[in-house]
Amino acid sequence: MQEFNKILVGAAFSPNLKVNIFQACRFATFFDAKLYVVHIGSSDESKLRQLNEIVKDFNFTGEIEFVFKEGKPIEVLSYICEENQIDLLILGAQQRENIFKHYIGTVAKKLTRKVKCSVLLLRNQSKVEFVKKHIVVNGLESESSENTIATAFYTAKGLSSKKITIVEEIANEGLKVDDDRSLRKATINYERKTHQEDLRIKKIIANISEEYQKGIEVKLQSIFGRSGYAIGHYARVVRADLLVMDIPKKSGIFQKFMMDDLDFILSELPTDVLIVK
Amino acid sequence: MPVKKVNNFMETLPQNIFSGFVVSLIALPLGLGLALASEAPPISGIIAAVVGGIIVSIFGGSKVTITGPGNGLVVVLLTSITTLGGGDLQLGYMYTLAAIVCSGVIMILLGFLRLGILSDFFPSTAIQGMLAAIGVGIFAKQFHVMLGNTHEDGGLVELLIEIPKTIQHFITTNDHNFFYAGIAGLVSLAIMVFHAKIRNKYFQLIPAPMWIVFFAVGMSYYYQLVLKQEHPIDEEWLIRIPEDVFSSLAFPNFNIIYKFEFLAAVVSITLIASIESLLSIKAVDLLDPLKRRSNVNRDLKALGLATMVSGFLGGLNVVTVIARSSVNVNNNATNRTSNFFHAVFLLVFLLLFQKQLHMIPMSALAAILVYTGYRLAAPSNLLSVSRVGKDQLIIFIITLLTTIFTSLIMGILAGILATFIAHVMMNKDIVLFFRNILKPNVLMFKETDGSYYVSVKSFSSFLNFFRLKNKLNLIPETENVVVDFSRCRFVDNTVMENMNTYVEKFEAKYGNLEVVGLDLHGTETTHPFASRRMIQRSLKTKGFSLTKRQTNLEIVAKDFGWKYIPYTEESIGLMSEFTYFKTRQIQATKNLLQNKNDTLFDVVFTEGAFIARQLIRSTMFHITMEHQIPEFTLDKEGLFEFVKQYTEFSDIEIPNHSDFDKRFYLSGTNKEEVLKFFTDDVILFLESNNYYHIESNKQGLLIFKKERLASVKEVKAMIDFGLRFEKLIKEKYARA
Repeated sequence: MQEFNKILVGAAFSPNLKVNIFQACRFATFFDAKLYVVHIGSSDESKLRQLNEIVKDFNFTGEIEFVFKEGKPIEVLSYICEENQIDLLILGAQQRENIFKHYIGTVAKKLTRKVKCSVLLLRNQSKVEFVKKHIVVNGLESESSENTIATAFYTAKGLSSKKITIVEEIANEGLKVDDDRSLRKATINYERKTHQEDLRIKKIIANISEEYQKGIEVKLQSIFGRSGYAIGHYARVVRADLLVMDIPKKSGIFQKFMMDDLDFILSELPTDVLIVK
Repeated sequence: MPVKKVNNFMETLPQNIFSGFVVSLIALPLGLGLALASEAPPISGIIAAVVGGIIVSIFGGSKVTITGPGNGLVVVLLTSITTLGGGDLQLGYMYTLAAIVCSGVIMILLGFLRLGILSDFFPSTAIQGMLAAIGVGIFAKQFHVMLGNTHEDGGLVELLIEIPKTIQHFITTNDHNFFYAGIAGLVSLAIMVFHAKIRNKYFQLIPAPMWIVFFAVGMSYYYQLVLKQEHPIDEEWLIRIPEDVFSSLAFPNFNIIYKFEFLAAVVSITLIASIESLLSIKAVDLLDPLKRRSNVNRDLKALGLATMVSGFLGGLNVVTVIARSSVNVNNNATNRTSNFFHAVFLLVFLLLFQKQLHMIPMSALAAILVYTGYRLAAPSNLLSVSRVGKDQLIIFIITLLTTIFTSLIMGILAGILATFIAHVMMNKDIVLFFRNILKPNVLMFKETDGSYYVSVKSFSSFLNFFRLKNKLNLIPETENVVVDFSRCRFVDNTVMENMNTYVEKFEAKYGNLEVVGLDLHGTETTHPFASRRMIQRSLKTKGFSLTKRQTNLEIVAKDFGWKYIPYTEESIGLMSEFTYFKTRQIQATKNLLQNKNDTLFDVVFTEGAFIARQLIRSTMFHITMEHQIPEFTLDKEGLFEFVKQYTEFSDIEIPNHSDFDKRFYLSGTNKEEVLKFFTDDVILFLESNNYYHIESNKQGLLIFKKERLASVKEVKAMIDFGLRFEKLIKEKYARA
């Protein structure tokens, strides 16, 4: 399980600045973490003053550090992340990348892939606080799924969420339906797979400490759809407040050219997304 | 199980043999006619039917389909036979046989690659346009033959222009051959047209094409035996069947396999054969009284194999044919044996009645095809397409004309392109399509109560219908399914049509599939299959036609004797008084089912102004109470969790009902009154019925189940629950 003790937020002096910093402060408060506010550019008295004012506005009481550094955003940010052993990088994302905002999206995408820490992509840019009632977690079997689910519970605790839905995606592979007989087979196969998945997830949950599970309703949901993509669609249908997922490994040359789960999620950003590493 | 299966098989064998016999009566003249129309030897059509019937009945994956030579291929085969040989029909025929063998190989490959889904990529109007063009093609050529003019050649357009000339020639001719052949053709056409109109059980027992054969053979015998004259029509006008069928088979010639024209012929043949077969299988599945699913990929493999064998033996393509299959179903066929016996009977006829078959004039067979061609191209098709929308009419005409003036492949491509352009123009948005075409847009999951929920987003048209289809095919037809298009900006007529097929399939097996979320989509026409496009503006009735769900709701309202109001500008009751709507903002209420105190309605709302997230749709039931009842919320899934933010609400546990407390969260403002309200009978009622969220605001009750639109089935259940609950409370207060 990953804990969020050091949180980093990038500060671009855009109209969104205040909202971004507020969000970051909120998360840092929830997890009792140290906050790093990083600006790519020269150090400047007025900028520093502006940042300080925002933090003061929020009444942030935790530990905070301002970093100014020049260079290319992706390299600088990932360097700082590594140097300070940051646990969580917060990126404010645009809801939809149209032609004008594509640049921002690309940077966020590349960063998400490059940094070694977890990344929180915020779609809902709101100064007003609202509760993250419902968290949807990708429970798809992978090496890191245990970590992902545990982190989701940890996050839920921190954000005082009420409900976690762990989504298992039943892939279409092996479920080829042609006629009544293959349909029957597929249905049985699906039931069995769902059962197996439920068992697997329950085992993972059993290993998570009681403390994190208290007061949280846990639901297991299996869905059909293209892996990675359907979970975004699901998060949207059930109006989840946060989607937690791990980053799938790209294996093979062919897959390098294919859209993977992350590309799908990033291109649509169904809700706020936490990518656990 | 196996014993029962065998018994069942033996039990139904006689009816399958009979059905196969009836079908073979049609298949015989049709096989001869289709082959003649393609300028192939008449026997080649019979070979295709015999080979197809035997091979596909053994290896196929569908149950009650009949296979053999198909209408759709006439035009393609005719073109390839007349052009590939450079005018030499015999050579052209042999080259075409090679093309048929190749197309068989490709069809087998399509089957293995599971491309049975192929036919879903063609917009339905484009396919109808193409079929109409094929009809025109058959009609244009065969009309001449029917009137005795067997020598009319040339392109489709020329053939059409020459029609008046042939009619004139028929009237003025002195050649007895010409005249009698024309008379035979016209009588045959009359038989085709009036057969269905004569309501005589015994007359109907024999299909029209067979009556034509009887007529032709009878005429011949009448001249020979009664009048003791020569047959009035010379051999040249009669069909030619080799004396010894097995020794005079033609074989394919693969010499020009590398040529472009050859490859084009292979592609055309494969395309049309696959589309015709797949569409027929789909249609026959709906006719099947047992509603079994056909394994289309397996059928494709079997058809490919049959086509290969048939081609090697000098026969035409084997495809699944709709007309003969529906005759098969009507004669109570239950499995593939009928297809097998149809082949056997054909073979028997061929061997026993060789002499009699010689007596049939070509014009009589041409009449069958004229009738078929007319049916395919009838102006009524044009009318039914235009009812779906003006754009569809344009697409239909573009496909039809392109096919007539160029080729089938160009025609269908033009149809696809025209459809896509129409979609882009209708939405005034091309980005929607390009951005989303490659993305999976369908999510399916099983809800906690066991019903399936399918959500479709972005757009749904012939371009990506296969994704939706793939998901829907995973659901057994006995289940309850809700298909929600509310996240879809555009749904085209191909999808609407297919969804209707799914609704029928589920109905047939006592499941339930309902389409919801199309109320906000406007249409051009009132046709149920008209394309639907999301309209953001006001909810005025203009530009909307009722969706199937809406018409069904109207029926439900009628059943209950209630009023149905599809759109309203007014808000219902005092909705904001309910705690659920304290933070949620109602955008619109629609589809009201109203009675005195009760209203069922769809409601569109957002979760609070500042959160300003997406629209949520739900179906709710509101009851105005005659007595004042305590304020409370009853809930199971934590939907009302936030209520605890309002301090005046507190959790209430009912003493001595631990089971109830475990299952429900009850909270209210006045604990004593709530406890008084929840008497044993109320608790028993709630425990023993399906679960609903119930909320009271003192004057009224709000009942709903899910934060999505309810299907009509769920609406009925909800009304029933609400009314019974209302009655229970009324009685309670009456007693008090």
